[in-house]
Amino acid sequence: MSSQEDGEISSPEITAIGISFGNSNSSIAYTSGEGKAEVIANEEGDRQIPSVLSYIEGEEYHGTQAKSQLVRNSRNTIAYFRDYLGKDFDSIDPTPCHASAHPQKHESTIAFSVQDKESEAQNIVTVSEITTRHIRRLASSASDFLGKSVNAAVITVPTNVTDEQREALSEAAKAAGVDVLQMISEPTAAVLAYDARPEAILKDKIIVVADLGGTRSDMAVVASRGGVYSILSTSHDYETAGVQLDQVLIDHFAKEFIKKNKTDPRENERSLAKLKLEAEATKKALSLGGNASCSVESLADGIDFSSTINRTRYELLAGKVFGAFTRLIEEAVRKADLDILDVDEVILSGGTSHTPKISQNLQRLFPPTTRILSPSTLPTAIDPSSLSARGAAIQASLVQEFEKEDIEQSTHPMVTVTPHLRNAIGVMVVSEDVQKGLFSALIEKETAVPCRRTGLFAVPREGGDVVVKICEGLRDIKVSKKEKPKTNGKPASDDSDLDSDEDEDGDEEIREKVWKIGAVLAEAAVKGVKKGGKVEVTIKVEADLAVQVEAREAGGKGGVRGSLGKARVAENGSAGSG
Amino acid sequence: MAAVQFSLPLPVLPQDWVGEKDFKAIGQLSSATQRNIEPVGPHFLAHARRVSKLPLINRNIFAATNSDLQQKRHQRTFSEDDRIQAQENVKKVEDDDVGEISEPEDPLMLQRDAKDWKGQDHYAVLGLTKHRYKATETQIKRAHRKKVLRHHPDKKAAAGSSEDDSFFKCIQKATEILLDPVKRRQFDSVDEAADVEPPSKKQAQKGSFFKLWNPVFVAEGRFSKTQPVPRLGDDKSKKEEVEEFYNFWYNFDSWRSFEYQDEDVPDDNENRDQKRHVERKNNNARKKKKTEDTTRLRQLVDDCLAGDERIKRFKKEERAGKDKKRLEKEAAEKKEKEDAQRAAEEKERLRKEAEEASKAEKAEGKKAKEAAKNAVKKNKRVLKSSVKDANYLLPAGQEAGAKRVDQVLNDVEAVMAKIDPEEMAALAGKLGGMKVAEEVAKVWSEEAKRLVEVGKVKEGELKVIGS
Repeated sequence: MSSQEDGEISSPEITAIGISFGNSNSSIAYTSGEGKAEVIANEEGDRQIPSVLSYIEGEEYHGTQAKSQLVRNSRNTIAYFRDYLGKDFDSIDPTPCHASAHPQKHESTIAFSVQDKESEAQNIVTVSEITTRHIRRLASSASDFLGKSVNAAVITVPTNVTDEQREALSEAAKAAGVDVLQMISEPTAAVLAYDARPEAILKDKIIVVADLGGTRSDMAVVASRGGVYSILSTSHDYETAGVQLDQVLIDHFAKEFIKKNKTDPRENERSLAKLKLEAEATKKALSLGGNASCSVESLADGIDFSSTINRTRYELLAGKVFGAFTRLIEEAVRKADLDILDVDEVILSGGTSHTPKISQNLQRLFPPTTRILSPSTLPTAIDPSSLSARGAAIQASLVQEFEKEDIEQSTHPMVTVTPHLRNAIGVMVVSEDVQKGLFSALIEKETAVPCRRTGLFAVPREGGDVVVKICEGLRDIKVSKKEKPKTNGKPASDDSDLDSDEDEDGDEEIREKVWKIGAVLAEAAVKGVKKGGKVEVTIKVEADLAVQVEAREAGGKGGVRGSLGKARVAENGSAGSG
Repeated sequence: MAAVQFSLPLPVLPQDWVGEKDFKAIGQLSSATQRNIEPVGPHFLAHARRVSKLPLINRNIFAATNSDLQQKRHQRTFSEDDRIQAQENVKKVEDDDVGEISEPEDPLMLQRDAKDWKGQDHYAVLGLTKHRYKATETQIKRAHRKKVLRHHPDKKAAAGSSEDDSFFKCIQKATEILLDPVKRRQFDSVDEAADVEPPSKKQAQKGSFFKLWNPVFVAEGRFSKTQPVPRLGDDKSKKEEVEEFYNFWYNFDSWRSFEYQDEDVPDDNENRDQKRHVERKNNNARKKKKTEDTTRLRQLVDDCLAGDERIKRFKKEERAGKDKKRLEKEAAEKKEKEDAQRAAEEKERLRKEAEEASKAEKAEGKKAKEAAKNAVKKNKRVLKSSVKDANYLLPAGQEAGAKRVDQVLNDVEAVMAKIDPEEMAALAGKLGGMKVAEEVAKVWSEEAKRLVEVGKVKEGELKVIGS
């Protein structure tokens, strides 16, 4: 900033990239000239760069090379450190680091003790220092690829990071010569990555972003309203993630090994590390093909191990973990006070999302109208592991031209905190049941104000005078039982105790989304509409919740205007029960 | 956003619709929720410009002087206070991270050996003794995380203490079991710490029945395949509710199983026969325990039923109902009897009355007869005396001979014998007080004539009077 205070606007040219900094893997992306986000591969050709650093005799290894050091040089290899940044020692979970350098308390922060110089001495390297080194490596890879020095970035963070964590990350990046323009949350980055595609249609929708990572899974329910995103609920799980799937394979192969050789490879640290690396590779292979092999040279006691597994077997073994993923998503939807039927899209993000079974389970859970955006269910889906990096790159291209202070100011809560509509607003149209009318939503609920929507409505065949009745709509879930053809013809009440379980499974419930009409807001009359004409209704909700209504014949002049007074903004104390 | 097309038509304007300038405001928008919008994407930038009117100036395009910018910005800078104020009412989407372990840890538990995991109370290990079978998956996961944060051996080792990870293994085992729905159910089946002992006889005598028994059934209800389980209720429960409760408990469908207490677990490496033997043994043990459990529950429900005042009350009420019917019946019978008796009495009375009446009538009749007799005698006297006073119907001065007297008196006698008392009375009335012989004679002859006309007397029978 100091350079800009000299009185001159001209500052060094900013080259900004998007960084997705994950616990297990990181990825970097940039926005090409055509505005398309592209993922950058590092020198080794990896687009998924393991967030691992390893030191051998003063030399630093990064990414895949460092990860392979987990077998031979685990004590000088640092992995899974992202979540430790900006935290104190008491509040971290050291489990993922069990097979690498262990975190330890160092003053008020967390550090690793590694031999990162040529000398034999153990050096204390703090988490922020490691982060700086990691980001420096990422930035240099990007610089090499782009041919110009990268000096700014938009970094994605989970939704539950604290201000201290943000601060620590920002400092660490700055130390690496990367100015953090903005930190955006991972789920919104994923949504943005999809919405920034040229073929994307701007639509109001509810999106569930399931970020299934290596060591944690984060769920977020996002309301996308005219391209403005609001997170309705989040949930985080540290017990259900990619490593649990690896563990299933590790256990499977270990058992197989024990059967033949009477030694448990899991008991030896190095054997376990080898098997772990190989199991992860096998898991990835199983996401693509129906069969995968796992072979480890000298797994334990100098015995080589080689085995194959097919996908069905794997899916059976990991069934419980897959079920847990589905439950996580269900819970997040429930926490947002929504129903499964309200969800328009599910975006699967993170490396674990490649697993076909997870998306298949989701397809079964959600109605057919819900789009599951994952590679195995949608051919046009974006690679889930690069979603947040792409989103970050797009955001970087949007904000890199602005002054940093302006970005800070415009992302200030004074700007971002906005009233969201509690109920949908819509217009009554004629339905088959003439008496009742049908609600058709123009503005969905959870839309941030100010907002404005226009709808074109048909009129009766012969034209004439019509009434535009504007009201609030409440979404309701109608549950009806599907009539099951009785095969045995016995009455349902008969010995219900015995076959009640079967009945619950057999009786299919039909759940439908229906609108209940809420408060009527206004009525407007549009007179003398031509035969075959249309009525254009525009509803505008101002920032202070005043409503303006405009109705006129499409293409006609004048029309009816009216407004409603302001409404109250509710005060909310806390989130719903967890 | 582009206009949305709606294919269903708008309704026709009703005839009687009135609105000022064709618009009628009716209601108001529901209150809105404060939320954070994500500061991401092109549309957010547009929103930010609209809301804050911030000079989001592209510095490559605008060659404004820095001081200009600074000034503009200065007017628009949001302070820390603004941030706090703005965030105040926002609906939170993140859960509060509860860092502290809520339940104190028993030092004895911390020294447990993970190998003895069957004997450990998994809920206690995770600090969930308050929730037990009610703990949700999220709660278990959070509890696990909390415990890991505190007890991870790597952390302890880093802090310099010994690398004793036995309790950590206990934590892992507990989590493994509780997060696996099948294993958790097996553990819950034998989780005696969640049981509530039924009250002893002494307690039952002292304490309130509902307070003592309700927790017992709530705890037992966790094993029910059908949920929700009917509640014990209270004093005011209706008879149907109480009956439903006991019916439910006597037909209890339990998912409780006893695999967890298997003594031997067959190993993959053992031979098939051995495995089968162990399995059979286990199955028998499970069955036995299941039967015992069913018996225990039945006994428990029996005990409860025995102590349930409501049942006694309902019986009493029922009995009271029956008694009431019986009494009513009896009363009806009694009434009938009384009615019959009364009817009989009435009859008797009427009969007596009639008797008396007839008696009185008889007496009356006697009197009247006597009176009539007297009257007849009197009238006869009048008649006789009238002829005597009229000188036996002879003109005055003529002496009536004995023969004449006899004749006249005979006639009179004959007339008197022929006429009934009324006629006699009328005749006596005519004759009474009459002294003139001619007049008396005339009356007599008239009487004789009348008698002849009537046919009571023959012509010529009355010799003197009729002449």
